[in-house]
Amino acid sequence: MPPPLVTVTENGLYCPAGEFHIDPWRPVPTAVITHAHGDHLRYGSTRYLVAEPGVGIARHRLGMDHHPTPLKYGERLQLGATTVSLHPAGHILGSAQVRIEHKGQVWVVSGDYKRQPDPTCEPFEPLPCDVFISEATFALPVYQWQPTGEVVEEIFHWWQANRDRGLASVLFCYALGKAQRVLAELRAFTDETIYLHGAVNILTDVYRKEGVAMLPTMPVTGERKTDYRGALIIAPPSAAGTPWMRRFGDHSSGFCSGWMRVRGNRRRRGYDRGFVLSDHVDWPGLIDTFKATGARKILLTHGYSDALARYLNELGMAAGALETAYGDEEQQ
Amino acid sequence: MRAFAALFEELDTTQSTNLKVAAMSRYFREAPPADAAWAVYILSGRRLKRFIGPALLKRWLIEEAALPEWLIDESYSSVGDLAETIALLTAGTAHSEASSDDTPLADWIEERLLPLREASEDVQRQTIAGWWRELPYRQCFLLNKLLTGELRVGVSQLLVTRALADVTGIERTELAGRLMGEWQPGALFWQALHAAESPRTDPAVPYPFFLASPLEGDPSQLGERDAWQAEWKWDGIRGQLIRRAAECHLWSRGEERITERFPEIVDAAASLPDGVVLDGEVVAWKDGRVQPFALLQQRIGRKKLTAAILATVPVEFLAYDLLELEGRDLRSAPLRERREHLERLLAQASPLLQVSPLVTAPTWEDLAAERADSRQRNVEGLMLKALDSSYGTGRQRGAWWKWKIDPHSFDAVMIYAQPGQGRRSNLYTDYTFGVWRDQELVPVAKAYSGLSNPEIEQLDRWIRAHTLEKFGPVRSVEPSQVFELAYEGIAASGRHKSGIALRFPRILRWRTDKPAAEADTLANLQAMLTSTTGAAPDASHGSS
Repeated sequence: MPPPLVTVTENGLYCPAGEFHIDPWRPVPTAVITHAHGDHLRYGSTRYLVAEPGVGIARHRLGMDHHPTPLKYGERLQLGATTVSLHPAGHILGSAQVRIEHKGQVWVVSGDYKRQPDPTCEPFEPLPCDVFISEATFALPVYQWQPTGEVVEEIFHWWQANRDRGLASVLFCYALGKAQRVLAELRAFTDETIYLHGAVNILTDVYRKEGVAMLPTMPVTGERKTDYRGALIIAPPSAAGTPWMRRFGDHSSGFCSGWMRVRGNRRRRGYDRGFVLSDHVDWPGLIDTFKATGARKILLTHGYSDALARYLNELGMAAGALETAYGDEEQQ
Repeated sequence: MRAFAALFEELDTTQSTNLKVAAMSRYFREAPPADAAWAVYILSGRRLKRFIGPALLKRWLIEEAALPEWLIDESYSSVGDLAETIALLTAGTAHSEASSDDTPLADWIEERLLPLREASEDVQRQTIAGWWRELPYRQCFLLNKLLTGELRVGVSQLLVTRALADVTGIERTELAGRLMGEWQPGALFWQALHAAESPRTDPAVPYPFFLASPLEGDPSQLGERDAWQAEWKWDGIRGQLIRRAAECHLWSRGEERITERFPEIVDAAASLPDGVVLDGEVVAWKDGRVQPFALLQQRIGRKKLTAAILATVPVEFLAYDLLELEGRDLRSAPLRERREHLERLLAQASPLLQVSPLVTAPTWEDLAAERADSRQRNVEGLMLKALDSSYGTGRQRGAWWKWKIDPHSFDAVMIYAQPGQGRRSNLYTDYTFGVWRDQELVPVAKAYSGLSNPEIEQLDRWIRAHTLEKFGPVRSVEPSQVFELAYEGIAASGRHKSGIALRFPRILRWRTDKPAAEADTLANLQAMLTSTTGAAPDASHGSS
């Protein structure tokens, strides 16, 4: 057996042959980044390699004095003794899988990914490989996604029904990725202006600069009294229950997350509505993807990795779990 | 069933009571009469006995979903609800129902589900698996809830009657009466619900119970002491005793017929004249005083009432109120008048039927002093009722208040945790607590409620990070977190390792300020046994 191309160290996933880390959770000399969510892109490393469409977001997150090195999807780069390339992961704008080739061996690190189409980013591309390191956030068979078009239609009807009752609609979405996806998907139903919480607004501007088509938006400002009745407002879940919400008066609240597939989660969260919209791969997507890569071994990070590994083993696929420090932005 | 599934979804996804009422009204107006009747049956909290046990359903699910049993178990424990797990694994993901079967709810129940009880297991399996494959998600979930007998809808009886009043134009209290007792859902019932004249013909049908609201703070806010009647809040089973058409019936507050459970009370009711309905409390009564609820509980749990248990746990009926006299509905008369009739009536009746005595303390201060003695009297506090009030329906605030004493409390250490059910299914919310016996923590209580949602989430993270061992879904945790627990009653128990059983334990506070070593000892709790009940009940009763 050749030595592993990727291992877990105290700093994060590490490729010894290429002398670089992937999404390290501590500062390192070279960090290859799968995407810009906070648990994958952290401060302090010397050199960052990022997929080209994600550079704007990465700079926004790291600070404008950082200059991450852009890599086009599919462009090959020599790092140490390895050849590295980034490929679309379909998670958010600029998200990437990391393909590492060394002495005829190919490993792929998926980062976070999904298989559903998303107008804000390039679709996931299955890559043939020997070892596939996959996320497992939703790796239970109960997590199967409702067709996106149907969910977006539900969001739109919920908003319209609230408008008929004279209520504002506040939709809680993760500020990076999910919010912009909703803004892009809703174009199929309306051309109205959507109000955005500050945290969502900044990132939406970045997306717009990258050329992503979305509904027109307005930041929610404190300056003048706007009448929000009938309006749709997108805010991060952290804004729920804060004084910031008072300006909307009577409103209905919704939450977009894959966890909303389960009724217990919907009820516990206390939002009026839960919409099953996830930027992560669902159970059938996981199984399909593993087959498509033809990998002889699957390694799983964050989520229900133990359950999925056991299931794959029973199917005769070699699989194991990797302990990482990645979190789950859809819980937030 | 499609329309009812949509109604269920609507009720499940709104917090607004007005919207819930509007959704039900709309359904009642549009549904065929028999469907509307079945909907009332389900919405008002009545349940169809389960059709299929969970073990069988799970076995069929394993076959249908073609997944290993452990993975089904893992999914179930994450979802927390078998009916939902089945729907999630079999029904596909689309919510769209446009092309689905639109068989009426009544036909689903009467022609499809009820005959299933008589079918062979093989036919049951094939039929149900077929439904799982064909039904869209919401209907599949609803069907499974019906099959498991666990369908609960988040609406109160009050909201259902509000919607019905809206649709039928009949007054809410009258409707509440028409929904009492036993009835057969169907088009006939739906029509009877609309009838201008009360269709009540069954002598066994009780009146809707009037419920008290908890009094927060000082009773002087209620005005003059003279305007209020004070009674002890007995710790027994609230019941309605009916004497009509030479028959006697006893109903619990949960609208359960408990006539057979208390034969001596039913016998005693024969001493009443015909056309009488009493509201009161069944209590365990011995040596001239009321006994702790724990004693009564031993009798409730028995399938068969032996002479021995009748002798060990004698009961009495303490009457609060008179709802009907000489066949006349007295509920709109003021309490002071009903009370006079009640006292006169029971003076001539069997001694097992007593008037619940008044607490005559002349001022609120005197009353508060009496209330402080509640524990010695084995009562839960005081009931305050406005003397000029009529007998209402349900929990209408203003006329009846319960002024309970503060619960007992003690400090215990969390030792085990497991995930909750339903909305708490992927959080650790069911906790086991222990108190010290020498160097060991002995489990004394399980508690589920009392923490805020942020506290629950914080504790969940703590539990995951401080797990010592896993036993299936249960985790033992580092014994370092202290909680103040409250309880309503305490009794000796041979069934529990600690030798005591607590009634309704719940979390008052997370004592982050307290180290585990300062939690209470088992000896502290055992001392409570004697101080609250006068004498510790014989431990051998608890082991039955």
